[in-house]
Amino acid sequence: MSKLKPVLSAHWDEADSFTLEGYRRNGGYAAVKKALDMEPDAVIQLIKDSGLRGRGGAGFPTGMKWGFIPQNDGKDHYLVVNADESEPGTCKDMPLLMANPHSLIEGIIIGSYAIRANYAFIYLRGEVVHVYRRVQKAIEDAYAAGLLGKNINGKGFDLELVLHAGAGAYICGEETALLDSLEGFRGQPRLRPPFPAIAGLYARPTVVNNVESIASVPAIVANGVEWFQAMGTEKSKGFTLYSLSGHVKNPGQFEAPLGITLRELLEMAGGIREGHTLKFWTPGGSSTPMFTQEHLDVPLDYEGVGAAGSMLGTKALQIFDETTCVVRAVLRWTEFYKHESCGKCTPCREGTWWLVQALKELEAGRGTSADLDKLLDIVDNIAGRSFCALADGAASPIVSSMKYFREEYQRHLDLGSCPFDPIASTLFAGARA
Amino acid sequence: MTTDVAVEMITVVIDGFEVTVPKGTLIIRAAEKLGIQIPRFCDHPLLAPAGACRQCLVDVEINGRAFPKPQASCTIPVEPNMIVKTQLTSPVAEKAQKGIMELLLINHPLDCPVCDKGGECPLQNQAMSTGRTESRFTGVKRTFEKPVNISSQVLLDRERCVLCARCTRFSEQIAGDPFITLNERGALQQVGIYEKDPFNSYFSGNTVQICPVGALTGASYRFRARPFDLVSTPSACEHCAAGCALRTDVRRGKTLRRLAGDDASVNEEWNCDKGRWAFKYISSKERVTSPLVRGEDGELHEASWPEALAKAAAGLAGKRAGVLVGGRVTVEDAYGYSKFARVALGTNNIDFRSRPHTDEEAAFLASTAVSLQTTYTDIDKADHVVLVNFEPEDESPIVFLRVYKQVRKRSIAVTTVAPFASRGSEKLNATVVSSFDQVKNLTEKSVVLVGERAAEVPGLLSAIAAHTTAKIAWIPRRSGERGALHAGALGNLLPGGRPVSDASARVDIQSAWGVQSLPTDIGLSTSEILASLSTPGGLEAAVVGGVDPADISADALGQLLNTFVVSLEISHSAVTAIADVVLPVAAVTEKAGTFLDWEGRARNFDQAIEGALTRSDVRILSMIADEMKKPIALPSVTSAAKELASLGTWDGAKVSKPSVSSANKVSVSGNEAVLTSWRQLIDLGSLQAGEENLAGTARPTVAVISAKRADALGVKNGDHLKISTDRGSVTVPAQIAAISDESIWLPRNSQGSQTIVTFGAAEGCLVTVVKA
Repeated sequence: MSKLKPVLSAHWDEADSFTLEGYRRNGGYAAVKKALDMEPDAVIQLIKDSGLRGRGGAGFPTGMKWGFIPQNDGKDHYLVVNADESEPGTCKDMPLLMANPHSLIEGIIIGSYAIRANYAFIYLRGEVVHVYRRVQKAIEDAYAAGLLGKNINGKGFDLELVLHAGAGAYICGEETALLDSLEGFRGQPRLRPPFPAIAGLYARPTVVNNVESIASVPAIVANGVEWFQAMGTEKSKGFTLYSLSGHVKNPGQFEAPLGITLRELLEMAGGIREGHTLKFWTPGGSSTPMFTQEHLDVPLDYEGVGAAGSMLGTKALQIFDETTCVVRAVLRWTEFYKHESCGKCTPCREGTWWLVQALKELEAGRGTSADLDKLLDIVDNIAGRSFCALADGAASPIVSSMKYFREEYQRHLDLGSCPFDPIASTLFAGARA
Repeated sequence: MTTDVAVEMITVVIDGFEVTVPKGTLIIRAAEKLGIQIPRFCDHPLLAPAGACRQCLVDVEINGRAFPKPQASCTIPVEPNMIVKTQLTSPVAEKAQKGIMELLLINHPLDCPVCDKGGECPLQNQAMSTGRTESRFTGVKRTFEKPVNISSQVLLDRERCVLCARCTRFSEQIAGDPFITLNERGALQQVGIYEKDPFNSYFSGNTVQICPVGALTGASYRFRARPFDLVSTPSACEHCAAGCALRTDVRRGKTLRRLAGDDASVNEEWNCDKGRWAFKYISSKERVTSPLVRGEDGELHEASWPEALAKAAAGLAGKRAGVLVGGRVTVEDAYGYSKFARVALGTNNIDFRSRPHTDEEAAFLASTAVSLQTTYTDIDKADHVVLVNFEPEDESPIVFLRVYKQVRKRSIAVTTVAPFASRGSEKLNATVVSSFDQVKNLTEKSVVLVGERAAEVPGLLSAIAAHTTAKIAWIPRRSGERGALHAGALGNLLPGGRPVSDASARVDIQSAWGVQSLPTDIGLSTSEILASLSTPGGLEAAVVGGVDPADISADALGQLLNTFVVSLEISHSAVTAIADVVLPVAAVTEKAGTFLDWEGRARNFDQAIEGALTRSDVRILSMIADEMKKPIALPSVTSAAKELASLGTWDGAKVSKPSVSSANKVSVSGNEAVLTSWRQLIDLGSLQAGEENLAGTARPTVAVISAKRADALGVKNGDHLKISTDRGSVTVPAQIAAISDESIWLPRNSQGSQTIVTFGAAEGCLVTVVKA
């Protein structure tokens, strides 16, 4: 178990980890004290120095993002936390908010102070009502404790924190669509420039950060840059939450330094389910090109995954064993993207509509190998042609599955049907009478 | 923008060719300058970039660094050291564009053979230039019920829509009427309305015009014609003084459609729904098709032209006469009336104001308005726009769009001298004041837009004429008034702004016209002419061109009853019904001519209906004058235009400015209120006759009262009020707004509220208001 490095998840097993008392007992809100005694710019510099990178998927340096906010411009600034966790396979922010909401609130106070924001927002996906209630209670408790509101800790810093429930759209995880949605419009990505750092929420300088990025800030402030830098790899510093799901014995969240491998994570998760072998997996949700057995030792940091042809993404490791039909899995993902396409731009809107129909035909074994080439050509006309990255995500599973499993697609066509028993891949496979 | 500083120029290379364009120019438009057409749908030069359709993808490189993916050329401004490769030189861009086109068509019904847009469709054209010969899509298309009425005028075929958002962006960014929006998501995304709030914008027709597919169609044109059967003629709009360039499309002699023309300095690419969709009057069954002469039996009978002209000439010869000119004549026709009055009838009794008017206004027009040179460009640069008794959205919609553009772009101040904040004023964030002397912060960059209704408030035009700081513009509602003023169709003015009272001005005209003398007395005004006609010993005959007496006063028609009337009209009307001689004249699409818009800018147009048998007023007046042996020698529109141009404009002394002091406030008590009103854009105007689809988007008729009055009467919004004088009454739903407690506002000429017909007045009269 030595590979694990629980920081955010260190006290998840305590019955009251989510309460203000529980958080405080474990040293919570000490970092705020420290930060409010620093100059805001020094806080930004500290986060820059730590090398913390965005945990929402793109891995953009958090401190640099904060540094983009024009200072002394006389305008309101906003900090917006992206808690619209919806990437298939991703399950890190929601358990974090259930078990340790105050780490986020503390991070928000520090981040807002650093970028001189007096208003902060948490944009939470609307389906998770239990999380909403828990975060709402935590915010109330923080207000009651004088950690939010006027003159925080008597340091003259004011911060209002608003929790906003989205209405269930994957696209609202895209930061500009999130801002539109937060403003009360339909969530569709905005044209950039202007970037949110210049004209974000209500056309004011705005930082949009992922839950985990902000929740990691208090630990960095409390323990220092060196402590943080001691973890991770050269360009990917620190700890992070990996979520393992699918055909593993013990799925769940594993907090470890960046750069850990799937082989190591699988050991901790008890391995692939009994009697089966790994077939393919995603390193960071369905939008990241899939990996196979041969990638078990790829270091799971931004560079390592990138070098192997995928992206670290949200570190959502979806594990599929040999019972899974890759065509069927890709079809399911594609249906998700079709459902979630916002409709703004042509390639994503029309492309996902087409891809679902094309994949359904292939999964049913109808078509020829020319149709496989056609599928790749359609994807080529979608990926990199769309307004935002949603369509790129939709293209990823298709391109990567065709790269590693083209013969399996072909087998469908040769057979005229799917060669797999869909029940075999389910949890209730053995229960069949 | 606001100042004329030199714009930084940037040179970029597109497909190997250098082009230099102003900083901020988008790649797609820089390419246009080279003649390189990048296909596009969502891009529109007057709308903010969307980048939604992705059809215009090109390869871009800056300072030697290439973007990894093709970029939407409609969203990226040019930069120094930029190299762009379009579909002409980049295989990647070419494939990207072809890919997008294929995707755009997978859910498109391809029902071009039954689509109005077929033949003039950007999707069709660009599918030919950029698409594949056959789709590889063999699946199921998305289908919708078709079409959906999003207003009584506009129909939406969702299946055809490519979701470019031009229509929704237009409505929000240009018209300020965000009544349509995109709903749903993914391939089910669609344009929609809030079910209780249809697309009732005065500018909705523009969305039909800029729709790059056949998704939005006009109810009155749908399925009527194929573009290739139409003959198109550039025209000018006759509906108001905004001066829109139009295109008139005619098939086999019938006007089927009018579109906004492009004129960057006037209407940009827009027009209002009235200008677009009110033209059925031209082909109405009520058109006068041959000369009519009243016989011994008292009835009108068809007559030959020689007979009718002889009758008209005989009736006018040697009589004391007056000439009433409607507000929609062309400059050439107005010049014909002006010269006819002076030469053939020997009088200055001519007035183009067929609406409430005063002598103060005549003095303002002759001294000030006739030479005003304020333009749309001044609005573009203004720091503050003041509206004086002028509701641009109702009375000159393109002026509204222009002011709104600057309100959006530069947040300029707008002040309106008005009884309350109309919807248009609310969109302009206008500050409402009750009189001109309350207007603050006027600089030399401010623009004061004065409406024709300023004449209805004593002293107001005197104050305007005396103002010296800001730029002044006079914006009449009708298209012909500025031209008629220039042509001298007014009792105190000769053509070119020459005062009748000035001997040397008269000599100018005398010599040009080759006449011995011109009448020297200042002519009577419209109301004076009418009064005199019905007075024994007064005027004995009238020439009436396109005037609706109900626009002037409730008594006007009666005043014409016992006199010799020659009516020049396009359609049967109250005047033709009592006229002695009726002479049919050409409607605007049947003739050539010129309007002067409110700026004084000439808006020339050609005959759109080729071979129309009807003639312009000036030609007919010339024939009557010949018959009277007092020729005016204007046998054609061209000859009138040439002669007027040769006269030039007067640079001598002007008529003195008016100096009327303002009237005391009328005091009201009890249920009394002071009436105030204006004409809404879409109302009962005679040129809108028969346009049911257009009428469906008229704003509802309401009576605007203050909250205090509403309380006193015990009425809520929507409760009916009865408004009456001893002449008549109307019953109209109440709308409570911030209007003065003494006032009540009614639409001047809308369904259920015609103030001149009912009360004999439009402004300032006392009415009694009770709960109905």
